[in-house]
Amino acid sequence: MIPGTKFLANPARFMAVSRWLAPVLGALAAVLLAVGLWLGMAVPDDYQQGATVRIMFVHLPAAFMSMIVYALLAIASFLGLVFRHALADAAAKSAAPLGAAFTALALITGSLWGRPMWGTWWVWDARLTSELVLLLIYLGYMALHAALDDETKAARAAAILALVGLANLPVIHFSVTWWNSLHQGESIFVKGGPKLSAVYLWPLGIMFLAYLALFGSLWLVRIRGEVWRKRAGARAMARAMA
Amino acid sequence: MSHIPLPNLEVGRYAAFVWPAYALSALALLWMLADSLLRARRWRREAEAGPQAAPVASTDPTAQ
Repeated sequence: MIPGTKFLANPARFMAVSRWLAPVLGALAAVLLAVGLWLGMAVPDDYQQGATVRIMFVHLPAAFMSMIVYALLAIASFLGLVFRHALADAAAKSAAPLGAAFTALALITGSLWGRPMWGTWWVWDARLTSELVLLLIYLGYMALHAALDDETKAARAAAILALVGLANLPVIHFSVTWWNSLHQGESIFVKGGPKLSAVYLWPLGIMFLAYLALFGSLWLVRIRGEVWRKRAGARAMARAMA
Repeated sequence: MSHIPLPNLEVGRYAAFVWPAYALSALALLWMLADSLLRARRWRREAEAGPQAAPVASTDPTAQ
């Protein structure tokens, strides 16, 4: 068993921990969102982008989350596929709708930022196209899960799709380096530190942490829902057999 | 005394892009919150309804 993944193998322990951790993360997300929005609305206009720079505080966290959630979905899928952890499939399945929502949000807010800056809502360049492919992979994953009646087979097929789709993450991240793009180049995780001024970096960092905490909270809530769904199904089956 | 920056909601000619971005983000986050909570509540209720229903069904001779 991989160290640190034990909690996925014990539903009772998970339910006990997530019972208090989910509301704590939710409250943390609310506070961080309030502070991030306040600071984000207080930044000066950018000398090139004007007031549209404020779209960054909702666009970038959504784009980061679209990739982070997918990586978590793939890790959970791997644990479910290889180690058969009891909660791994539930964790992967629960992450998908949240990841799809973050990805759709990144695409829509990016389009709203692109129109005034680039003069177009959409361009088929590598960054935008690979992000759209990520959304299609999320939708495909959910469709595959819903398409098969046998939950074990559905989880297995969806996990394989999730692991294949993992190849798209480096394409998204490095697309602005590997190919010419209208999308701006890497400006946060670069050698020598972020290129962004601290006045923008602080609200961005706080909004990112807010999105991360919100996802953490909702992910736990959804996994708890999956555990209850399985319990309800098992009890319905037991009643039917009685 | 430390300086607390005050928000400035004036976005000028970019209002048609900035506010929809924030409004759609708020809607998406609210949807995630509502869907997650409602889904979990529904399954919790069904899971907790099980134990009461099962003995009644198995001991009541009129139950079908």
